[in-house]
Amino acid sequence: MNMETMDQILARQAFFADFPPEFAALLAGCASNCHFKAGEYIIHEGDPADRFYLVRQGKVALEIAAPARAPVVITTLGEGQIVGMSWLVAPYRSEFDARAMEPVRAIAIDAACLRGKCEVDHHLGYEMMKRFLPVIVKRLHATRLQVLDVYGHN
Amino acid sequence: MQAARDPFVPDIYRVEQVRRELADAVTLELAPQSGTRPDFRPGQFNMLYAFGVGEVAISMSASAREKPGFVHTVRNAGAVSGALARLEPGATLGVRGPFGTGWPVAEAEGRDVVIVAGGLGLAPLRPAIQEVLARRECYGRVTILVGCRSPYDILYRHDLEQWRQRLDVTVEVTVDHAGTDWHGDVGFVTTLIPRSPFDPDKAVALVCGPEVMMRFAGGALQKAGMPASDIYLSMERNMKCAIGLCGHCQFGPAFICKDGPVLPLERIAGLLAVQEI
Amino acid sequence: MTQAFKGDGSAGVIDAAGLQRLIEVLAEEGYRVVGPSLRDDAIVYADMDGTGSLPAGWTDRQESGRYALERRSDKAFFGYAVGPHSWKAFLFPPVETLWKAQRGSDGVMAIDSERHRDKFAFIGVRSCELHAMAVQDRVFGEGPYTDTAYAARRSDAFIVAVNCAEAGGTCFCVSMKTGPRAEQGFDLALTELIDGEEHWFLTETGSEAGQRILAQISNVQASDVQVAAARAVSERTASKMGRSLDTNGIKELLQDNPGHPRWDDVAARCLTCANCTMVCPTCFCSTVEDHSDLTGENAERVRKWDSCFTLDYSFIHGGSVRESSRSRYRQWMTHKLANWIDQFGTSGCVGCGRCITWCPVGIDLTEEVAAIRAGPGEGKSR
Repeated sequence: MNMETMDQILARQAFFADFPPEFAALLAGCASNCHFKAGEYIIHEGDPADRFYLVRQGKVALEIAAPARAPVVITTLGEGQIVGMSWLVAPYRSEFDARAMEPVRAIAIDAACLRGKCEVDHHLGYEMMKRFLPVIVKRLHATRLQVLDVYGHN
Repeated sequence: MQAARDPFVPDIYRVEQVRRELADAVTLELAPQSGTRPDFRPGQFNMLYAFGVGEVAISMSASAREKPGFVHTVRNAGAVSGALARLEPGATLGVRGPFGTGWPVAEAEGRDVVIVAGGLGLAPLRPAIQEVLARRECYGRVTILVGCRSPYDILYRHDLEQWRQRLDVTVEVTVDHAGTDWHGDVGFVTTLIPRSPFDPDKAVALVCGPEVMMRFAGGALQKAGMPASDIYLSMERNMKCAIGLCGHCQFGPAFICKDGPVLPLERIAGLLAVQEI
Repeated sequence: MTQAFKGDGSAGVIDAAGLQRLIEVLAEEGYRVVGPSLRDDAIVYADMDGTGSLPAGWTDRQESGRYALERRSDKAFFGYAVGPHSWKAFLFPPVETLWKAQRGSDGVMAIDSERHRDKFAFIGVRSCELHAMAVQDRVFGEGPYTDTAYAARRSDAFIVAVNCAEAGGTCFCVSMKTGPRAEQGFDLALTELIDGEEHWFLTETGSEAGQRILAQISNVQASDVQVAAARAVSERTASKMGRSLDTNGIKELLQDNPGHPRWDDVAARCLTCANCTMVCPTCFCSTVEDHSDLTGENAERVRKWDSCFTLDYSFIHGGSVRESSRSRYRQWMTHKLANWIDQFGTSGCVGCGRCITWCPVGIDLTEEVAAIRAGPGEGKSR
């Protein structure tokens, strides 16, 4: 079996397309492979957001639990998508639960480590922001359309 | 086309079968009281008349080859549709049609087909899907994307399952919200488009659902590389006569009843962007 | 309905008694004769049995939001422009039963559709009105589906046109190329010439039916002087138009400017009262009402005039697409002057000025078009 290095794995992810090679090594240093069983919680609401994930395989549900009702799934995320945005914004605490709906393989990135490196090298920070911002904007747009409840009755 | 007879006057049809689809929607199978049902194209509609109540425009929900009569999925959303949704087998109703433009099923031959359905929008699209799958070898990749409010609002679950089981069709269903017992996608239907397998240079997209959903789906398809001339929407407006004489269904210069309901995005993109037009 | 007719170019002259006889002949032939008469301080179209019911010696003073009658110094029969009525009220009745249905206890339904059919003779049809009828002919008769009852009334109708000797205060038929002279679409066309005791009508024939009817009335061949006098009437009328409308590029002007600030301006004034659509001779919008009786065995469908100015007009899925008065005025004017061209190949407006006269707040579409032309638009937006 040919073991790929984390550099190589990251370079193949669409999210990191055209990522400057000098930063790939920096990022790889913060990254590791992980996997979750179906039903396992990847993130719990309120946890320190010290990791975020890039899904390589499987489906993840973002959920909100409220008292006396079953958790509501707000959105599902799949292959190539990022799970976990709260690492970008103080106080760096997860807002929602994230549950693996089926077996999930992902790349976990140590957010605290990465935040540190971005502070030291702003160019790395900019490259990360450039990739995260469009994801956030697209998700906000899609969420707004969801909230519109277009299929609702009158 | 009803050349010789008065186009204001309905034909009499009988309800052969009623099938409950959702809490507030049924599918009626209709047979003519006399004579035969006229031929029609996917995407066209009939004006269904509930005795003494009124008429409402309902698209054909199954292709001409599926059943000898008309098939219409009706949602209880007002006085007329409510009366129609309560009809029982044996009841009579009036039918005028078929009216309007159809989906470009023939024009899509040799190309990928992308179906984007929102809510009950799957009903006017089902005849097109049936026509495409009946001659599957004439088309490229076939992708069916469906968005609904919740898992309880998914129309034609049986058909979706059958289509999904085919190896030559991609079916993706997403809902706006769900509980943990739903194992599919959650998110607005436009999120399915970037991940779909179609060649934007050689595809035809058929989109049907609430106007807001169609507007954004059209945008997402264009962002994915499709030209507006290959994207078709099924538009809706207030309809009274359905034969281009009462004026109500105008959308800009187009009469939805005769220039539509199926219209290419290229022709209407400017109008969709204007509020209250 | 008049066939394309190549007469010998000659015209006859009849006097007032001849006009009376014309009306009698038409009635004898089974026509329901309709023409102008004075009612409720306006000149409207109603059933007539002779020249006695014509508003002889009256004229009208029309301005934006104003209509008043005034006495003339002569006894001209047709010395006014057009009033609030148009001939569409007869060809396309405001209320009409389309069909009746019965449902037996066995649930079986039957429908019977017999639409009322009158044979009309219209006396005093102006050139703009001839064009308006042609516009409605295209709407009701040239689409994929036709209103057969309209087509029947239209083809049965006998039309006696009148060439206007007075231009109305709000008229602009010259701008719309719809007058003031009646060129075609009539069976007979009269030009009234009145000078002291002299009172006669130059009568041109426009069809075989017209020729046949005229032959039953004593008439004299028109002299060259009389023909010239008739032409001079039209030329003088053409020079006295109350309004004008520049139609150059008007389709693009309106279709490309849905966001123009002028729409907000007119919205602040428009009451969405729908008067303009009621008096307009080309407006054709209708609605249907379904009625049933208490037994539940009998139902009928009635068609009624409707207006794009009502809130219900664009109702769909629990709300109206055009909720604001701004969007409704924009719809009406853009349809009438621009979209109509895409739909039917001509403008929907014939320059009769009725919408200007009968608007309670005096909105003038010629002024609105000029304002949109003059002021900067915002391009295609909103």
